[in-house]
Amino acid sequence: MTIHDMPKGRTDGAVRFVVNGKTVNLTLDHRVTLLDALREHIGLTGSKKGCDHGQCGACTVMVNGRRINSCLSLAVMHEGDEITTIEGIGTPDALDPMQDAFIRHDGYQCGYCTPGQICSAKAVLEEIRQGIPSHVTADLDHVTFSDAEVRERMSGNLCRCGAYSNMLNAIREVEAGK
Amino acid sequence: MKFDRPAEANASDRLLVLGQPHSRVEGRLKTTGAAPYAYERQDVAEGQLYGYPLGAAISRGRILSMDTEAATAAPGVRAVVTTLDMDPLPKDSHNVNRLFGGADVEHYHQAIAVVVADTFEQARSATNLIKVEYHAEQATLDLSEVTPPETEPAADTGDFDTAFANAPVTLDEIYTTPAQTHAMMEPHASVAEWKDGKLTVWTSSQMIKWWRDALAKTLSLDVEDVRVESPYIGGGFGGKLFLRADAVLAALGSKATGRPVKLALPRPLMTNNTTHRAQTIQRIRLAADNDGKLIALGHDNLSNTPPGGDGEDATSQSLSFYGAPNMRIVNRVAEMKMPESNSMRAPGDAAGLMTLEIAMDEMAERLGMDPVEFRALNDTQVVPSNPKQKFSHRNFVDCLRHGAKEFGWTNPAPASRREGHWLIGQGMAGAYRGSPASTSGARVRLQADGRVIVETDMTDIGTGSYTILAQTAAEMMGLPIEKVEVRLGDSRYPVSSGSGGQFGAASSTAGLYAACVALRAQIAERLQADAATLDFRDGEVHDGTRSVSLASLASDGELVAEDKIEFGEFRSKEYELATFAAHFVETAVNAYTGEVRLRRMLAVCDAGRILNPITARSQVIGGMTMAVGAALMEHLEVDSGRAFFANHDLASYEVPVHLDIPEQTVIFMQQDDPYSTPLKAKGVGELGVCGVAAAVANAVYNATGVRVRDYPITLDRYLDRLPEV
Ligand code: FES
Ligand code: FES
Repeated sequence: MTIHDMPKGRTDGAVRFVVNGKTVNLTLDHRVTLLDALREHIGLTGSKKGCDHGQCGACTVMVNGRRINSCLSLAVMHEGDEITTIEGIGTPDALDPMQDAFIRHDGYQCGYCTPGQICSAKAVLEEIRQGIPSHVTADLDHVTFSDAEVRERMSGNLCRCGAYSNMLNAIREVEAGK
Repeated sequence: MKFDRPAEANASDRLLVLGQPHSRVEGRLKTTGAAPYAYERQDVAEGQLYGYPLGAAISRGRILSMDTEAATAAPGVRAVVTTLDMDPLPKDSHNVNRLFGGADVEHYHQAIAVVVADTFEQARSATNLIKVEYHAEQATLDLSEVTPPETEPAADTGDFDTAFANAPVTLDEIYTTPAQTHAMMEPHASVAEWKDGKLTVWTSSQMIKWWRDALAKTLSLDVEDVRVESPYIGGGFGGKLFLRADAVLAALGSKATGRPVKLALPRPLMTNNTTHRAQTIQRIRLAADNDGKLIALGHDNLSNTPPGGDGEDATSQSLSFYGAPNMRIVNRVAEMKMPESNSMRAPGDAAGLMTLEIAMDEMAERLGMDPVEFRALNDTQVVPSNPKQKFSHRNFVDCLRHGAKEFGWTNPAPASRREGHWLIGQGMAGAYRGSPASTSGARVRLQADGRVIVETDMTDIGTGSYTILAQTAAEMMGLPIEKVEVRLGDSRYPVSSGSGGQFGAASSTAGLYAACVALRAQIAERLQADAATLDFRDGEVHDGTRSVSLASLASDGELVAEDKIEFGEFRSKEYELATFAAHFVETAVNAYTGEVRLRRMLAVCDAGRILNPITARSQVIGGMTMAVGAALMEHLEVDSGRAFFANHDLASYEVPVHLDIPEQTVIFMQQDDPYSTPLKAKGVGELGVCGVAAAVANAVYNATGVRVRDYPITLDRYLDRLPEV
């Protein structure tokens, strides 16, 4: 079989979702990941591609209030979803407190993992607030903020520059400021 | 400007802006996703197509044929360029393995084709339709199978054999370090536009000039017709020093299609396609008298490289770190056809200190000495392998003493402390890293609004270049940091040192200092004043009688000055310039499972004037973090039958994550080194990765009483030897 006589059928599909508050209508190759839809089709390049295989967390975005690795998800599966990317969290002129804390605590160096870290950091605080337990939660009925909880929950976001302990300081401060 | 004698007091000494803890000037861009990395340069060239590479499926042999018919006919495909379409491309001197062209395969995942298509998905899928027929040959990548080649010693002082044989206390052990991969978070990526015989590449490069020259050589272009831009780099660690296949393939794709092409190396291709830190086998011999004074030091290293490369010289620090009258230092490099071993953060010293600093720990124990005191006793103020050469400044002993005090170092007996299920250990190590500098240029442009624009092809790979350069110009011109705009990473700007070898910060700020001195001279000329008497402050220049705003000086047009710093021989020949650190680590090892957790880490660094304590500290903790990986998990697994690194992605090559890293403390001794640069600064980015892994190893030993001499220290190496529970 060559590519010419492959079975006929749709290889693309229409999808509509909301990104950072704006409705987006796209017709996409079924193989396009949510990450590539954001970066290559919508021009939101703040979400990063570190591995394209769910191994690094650089592509972390929020979908319907939950963080996901957007490289592990096909865009056409997101019909009707509400997506928030780093661009929807804050802008250079209007920083989110987490972005501001990352800057002040130097929670990054090269910056490539940073949008994913910030999306995850915000999600982690929310997960703790909602009482969602993690692997290190001692009492499943009482989930509370701790350094260990943050370290555990942030561990899907790799930072090869090694800014972890600075990020922890930033996240701690944002939590304390709430 | 020539730097041919030690710096005297100068305008950079005020430290109103320099030396201050300024947060990164590009922070708002990086934290909001607005900083554009190479693959994201959608704005720079109209009509970009997508390229996707094909890597060789064998480790050694020849390509007999490539059938590209199906790939070429696949939807959206604009071009398929294969390695058989051309002779081997000329190789730049910095590259060891060739990057593309010809039928020979020298290593696994060598680039052998690029498919260009309208979309990423089309290019990727068409790549899979290329049918390749190989003639495969047996290759080897296994260092333990190699007969070490005979090599002249790098140092052979005194009478090593006699001294070692007659010493009362000796150590003779073999240590190994594995191959490691940089694993920077941003994959190698480029957008290339080949148009009218000129090539522009927007890429991710640590060294703009090297890449520009290498592109010209590899693609047979005039250097003047090549432009390279790389303002944001998602980590490099040495992996982006030299031209890589992403840029070459994007350029060839652009040439074939007449359109700009962008291409990133897929993560699983990076390890075997690009470069890595070579594995090493090291024999260390130490001999001391009963008081603990080293009598003999022998370090014999074996690593591997493709033909013509350097491998990993793990003996490099042993020439200079500890004093011993009898030394034999030998570095052996075995050549084999293999993925390219080359620079990774602190090449040489990182792997050498992983082992030397375990050996020092073992030796201290044999002597019954505190390892802090044993190191302090064997400090030296001259280079032991060449005693005529003095250190410009060396405060290693203070690092040790200060660190011991701050950490609460108690030198506990091995396997003597337990808290519940956890065995607690303390470990320490020394660190050494040279502090070279190289020629670096910059241009400064005073604007009519009083701002200064800095232009240099220097790169910021997360190291803080944007910020420390802004601080340098602000200090020199008497401006607040907000009034300086720094533009980096463009081959149209003056050539800088680039980022590597821990020379970037010291060299590039010195180059900018020179350019600022030139601008100050220009201003003095305008004011018909003596430059030495002018005081630049608060956006004005004062000469004792009058004050003139900088803005007014540029009201008729910008003032532009350019210069470079060139370092005289005294800096490298008469004196040895280096940085030093002492590292302290506390570990907890689970008494039942053997799991290692780090509890706290301390680094005390002696690295000259610290230009920015925030970014310098981040460089050090970043190095410490990478070294935790080296100590406990990082290991490229050699498939010796297929001769490739098998764990070539981020799921199987493990790097430290948040949960692995404890509280980290960094103390800088803050001592200016006038022998280094006019700013009296040295590098610190590689120092942070040196010695730390051994401190972790020594702490694991201290917790368990089990010595592991092969990195990384994983469960399989010691679980069966843990104390009975
Ligand atoms: S890019 Fe999605 S996890 Fe790495
Ligand atoms: S800041 Fe570079 S990888 Fe995290």
